[in-house]
Amino acid sequence: MIIKILGSGCSNCMRLEASTKVAIEKMGLPAEIVKVTNMKEIALYGVMRTPALVVDEKVVSFGKVLSPDEVVELLQKA
Amino acid sequence: MQVFQWINDALLKMTWLSDGIQWLVENVFKLSIDERLGGSIHFFLYDVMKIFILLSVLIFTVSYIQSFFPPERTRKILGRYKGVTANLLGALLGTITPFCSCSSIPLFIGFTSAGLPLGVTFSFLISSPLVDLASVILLASIFNWKIAMAYVVFGVILAVAGGTFISMLHMEDQIEEFVFQNPLLEMDQETMTKRDRIKYAIEQVNEIIHKVWIYVLAGVAIGAAIHNWIPQDIITLILGKNNWFSVPLATLVGIPMYADIFGTLPIAEALVVKGIGIGTALSFMMAVTALSLPSIIMLKNVVKTKLLVLFVGFVTIGIIFIGYLFNAYGYLLF
Repeated sequence: MIIKILGSGCSNCMRLEASTKVAIEKMGLPAEIVKVTNMKEIALYGVMRTPALVVDEKVVSFGKVLSPDEVVELLQKA
Repeated sequence: MQVFQWINDALLKMTWLSDGIQWLVENVFKLSIDERLGGSIHFFLYDVMKIFILLSVLIFTVSYIQSFFPPERTRKILGRYKGVTANLLGALLGTITPFCSCSSIPLFIGFTSAGLPLGVTFSFLISSPLVDLASVILLASIFNWKIAMAYVVFGVILAVAGGTFISMLHMEDQIEEFVFQNPLLEMDQETMTKRDRIKYAIEQVNEIIHKVWIYVLAGVAIGAAIHNWIPQDIITLILGKNNWFSVPLATLVGIPMYADIFGTLPIAEALVVKGIGIGTALSFMMAVTALSLPSIIMLKNVVKTKLLVLFVGFVTIGIIFIGYLFNAYGYLLF
């Protein structure tokens, strides 16, 4: 599973990354986290608000900093 | 009218808070507020507390309202209009759509990919950081309602003018190619329940206070210093209404600065009390919020230099013009 965090590097994006790390640790999920900061790449996902969370190329959340539990919920649904 | 005055004093000016802090300074710290040290401490404590209380209440209320207007919905609404109406709507929606400045590029790309005219997107981009509900109410609290309304009106006019100017230039070739033709994420943002909105509003309060507290503290500290430690003559000398260069100076100083408007308000307040023109103060605040080095750098990613220079230039001139206008006619607002 590849999880991408879309964002240009402001504090919100870093917090989302931290939440995601905690979430996959909790779940014991063998997932890879990739940070996407390049605008061109972010544009390709069509999101208008960062930070955004992408799981296996599908956008599951945008414009919010999620708590670890919220990330767990989203990952379980994916 | 009496009731309005009472509400204004109690909720916006918080005279009770000022009196309470005055009591604290005089009886617990044993300092007179007419003297420098006591005066600064009073100003600092009163302003900081007032701003944080107002901020929390305002951000909560405003975010609740804003939860009805996410950018995705704004994009849909704007797609239905043309011409100056679209610019006007873009400017107005910009004032109520929540977005943090780090989203400005994805937003720009999103609007453009959906086919919105460049000018409309720019109207939105100008008004969004410039005019927002919370800062308008804070302005009313620090100065008065007429000034707050005038700020909104001229902010929107500037945004519409800026957007129209840019659409007249037909500079679509000045936009990086990758900006067009991107997929549009029309994800059904889950319709929010009342509880969701309240949760969102509370999150926004925490997030924003987290981001701006340091600017507020710094702004109030500087304001306190100006209030009590810098002599009126120096300020009038450099920034007085009668100097033709005070408006451009305030504008040029403000442009590269990145600070939250909540932090600049106490500084503007202190300067106005010391006698700078209201136009000069407004120009400073507008310059700090509408343009900043970080946001210009980010825009450079999607907009080529020529258009960027024209954009910054137009907004700068607009702000300077508004500054002169208010200095000349601002007395009508007090």
